[in-house]
Amino acid sequence: MLEQLLREFYQGSKLAAARIITMVENDTPAGREILRKLYPKGGRAYIVGMTGPAGSGKSTLTNSLVKLMRQQNYRVGVVAVDPTSPFTGGALLGDRVRMGDLALDPGVFIRSMGTRGDLGGLSWAARDALTVLDAFGCDYLIAETVGTGQSQVDVATVADTVIMVTVPGLGDDIQAAKAGIMEIGNIFVVNKADRGDADQVVRFLQATLELGSRDAGWQPPVIKTIAWQGTGVEEVLKAILAHRRFLEQAGLLAGLRQARMKEEVMRRVERMILDRLNNGIQTGAVLSRVYARELDPWTAAEKMLQSMLCSKQE
Amino acid sequence: MRKIRVLVAKVGLDGHDRGAKVIARAFRDAGMEVVYTGIRQTPEQVVAAAIQEDVDVVGLSSLSGAHEHLFPRVAKLVKKQMGDKVLIVGGGIIPEEDIPALKEAGITAVFGPGTSLKEIIDFIKANVDVGQAD
Ligand code: B12
Ligand SMILES: Nc1nc2c(ncn2[C@@H]2O[C@H](COP(=O)(O)OP(=O)(O)OP(=O)(O)O)[C@@H](O)[C@H]2O)c(=O)[nH]1
Ligand SMILES: [Mg+2]
Repeated sequence: MLEQLLREFYQGSKLAAARIITMVENDTPAGREILRKLYPKGGRAYIVGMTGPAGSGKSTLTNSLVKLMRQQNYRVGVVAVDPTSPFTGGALLGDRVRMGDLALDPGVFIRSMGTRGDLGGLSWAARDALTVLDAFGCDYLIAETVGTGQSQVDVATVADTVIMVTVPGLGDDIQAAKAGIMEIGNIFVVNKADRGDADQVVRFLQATLELGSRDAGWQPPVIKTIAWQGTGVEEVLKAILAHRRFLEQAGLLAGLRQARMKEEVMRRVERMILDRLNNGIQTGAVLSRVYARELDPWTAAEKMLQSMLCSKQE
Repeated sequence: MRKIRVLVAKVGLDGHDRGAKVIARAFRDAGMEVVYTGIRQTPEQVVAAAIQEDVDVVGLSSLSGAHEHLFPRVAKLVKKQMGDKVLIVGGGIIPEEDIPALKEAGITAVFGPGTSLKEIIDFIKANVDVGQAD
C-alpha cells in the first residue's frame, strides 16, 4: 500500500502528496518510513521563509510572489502555518483565503497546518511537509510562519532566504529591533505601502540594518510593496534570486544548509529524550524527592538521564 | 486519534459569509483543524483545495440559492478525485424540498439556520472515521 502511494507520488499525484503530508504530520510509523525514503531525494528545492506580524500581508505577498514564480515556470510549494489553540487543539487555517487564485494551478501545491503545540513560528510537521514537497519536485518552497510578532526565529532554521514582512504604523521601532527578528531577515518588505508612511519605516529599517546583518557581504534590501496589487513584488522575487546567487557564489549555501540539518537532528534528539522521559521510565519517584527537597533539580535530571540511558527499551 | 480536518467553503457568487465563519470557528473550538477558503470559489477550486489539504470533511455554505447546481458539482468532483471516504455536508438557506436531491447527489446532511452547533459537530464526529492510524 505504501509502495502504491509512493508510485502515485512520484507520478505527480497531488492527492498522494497530500496524504503523505498527513501521515508525516500525524507522525505515524508509516509517515516516518516514508520520510526515510523521501529525504535522500530532497535538497533540490530552494526554501523561502515568510515571516512577520499577524495581518502584515504574508499570505497576500506569497500569492503574488507565487504567480510571478509561475511565469518563470518554477514549480512552487507553499506551507502556511497558523496557530493551534492550546485549549481545544483546534485551529482555524485561513491563509488560503488570500491564495484562491493558485488553487487550480497544476504547478502549485498549498498546504495549511496548525502549530499543534510547537513553540516558534513553524511546527515539526511543517519541516517534514517541506521535505515531502522537496521530493515532490518543487523548485521553490515558501514557508509562511504564524504571525506572532516574536519567536519566529524558527524560520531561520528551515529557510535559505528569510523574508521579514512589516507594515507602516506598528509604531514602535523597538518592536522591530527586538527578539532577534532583525538579525534573521535577509530581505525586508514594507507592505501596505498604500497606507501610512512606508518611507519612514524603510528609512528606519535601512538605518538599523547598516549596523550589521547575518551574512557578511549581503546587505539586506528593504522593499516597499502593495501586495494585493502586486506592486513591488517583482523586486521581492529579484531580491530572492539575488540572495540565492550571493549564497551560491560565496560558497555559503552548503554550509548554511548543513548547519540547519545539524540543528534539525539535535532538536529531534532533544525531543526524543523528552518523549522517552515522559512516557517510558519512572520520573515520578525522582520528582517526588525533588518536591520533598531531598534532591536538587540538577541531581534529579542527572538521575533521570542515567536511568534512561541504562534502560534497555528501544 | 488523529485530528479531523475540515474544509469550509463558499461556492458561487454568494457573499453571505457569516454562517460559514460561525461554523468554521465552532469546528475549531471542537478541536478540529479548519481550512477556510473564503468567498467566491468555483467547485473546481474547492475540490483542488480539499485535495491538497487532505481533508476528511468538505462543508459547503450557501444562502442565495445556487446550492442546487453547485453542491452536487462539488460532490461529484470530490467523489471522483478523492473517493467516497470524504464526508460532504452543507448549510445555509436551503429549502426543505431541495434536500432529497442534494442527498441523492452525495451531500450527506444539510443544516439550516437554527440547528444547534453541537448537533452539527456531533454529526461530523459520528460520521468521520478517525480511528485508524494511517
Ligand atoms: C446578514 C444578511 C446579509 C448581509 C450579509 C453579511 C455577511 N457578510 O454575511 C448583507 C447585508 C451583506 C446581505 C446581502 C444580501 N442578501 Co442577505 N441576508 C442576511 C440575513 C438577514 C442573515 C444571514 C446571516 O448572516 N445569518 C446568520 C448566520 C450565522 O446564519 P446562517 O448563515 O444561516 O448559518 C447557520 C446555518 O445555516 C448553518 N450553516 C450555514 N452554512 C453552513 C455550512 C456548513 C458546512 C454547515 C454544516 C452549516 C452551515 O449553520 C449556521 C449557524 O447556525 C439573511 C436572512 C436570514 N434570516 O437568513 C438574508 C438573506 C440570506 N439575504 C438575502 C438576499 C437576497 C441578499 C442580497 C442578494 C440582497 C438583499 N436583498 O439584501 C444581498 C446579496 C449579498 C451577496 N453578495 O451575496 C436573502 C436570500 C434569498 C434566497 N436564498 O433566495 C435572505 C434569505 C433574506 C430574504 N429572506 O430575502 N445579506
Ligand atoms: N491596504 C493593504 N492591505 C493589504 C495589503 N496586502 C494585504 N492586505 C490586507 O491585509 C490583510 C491581511 O493580509 P494577509 O495576507 O492575510 O496577512 P498575513 O500576514 O498572512 O496574516 P496572518 O497569516 O493572519 O498572520 C488582508 O485583509 C489583506 O487583504 C496591501 O498591500 N495593502
Ligand atoms: Mg497568512
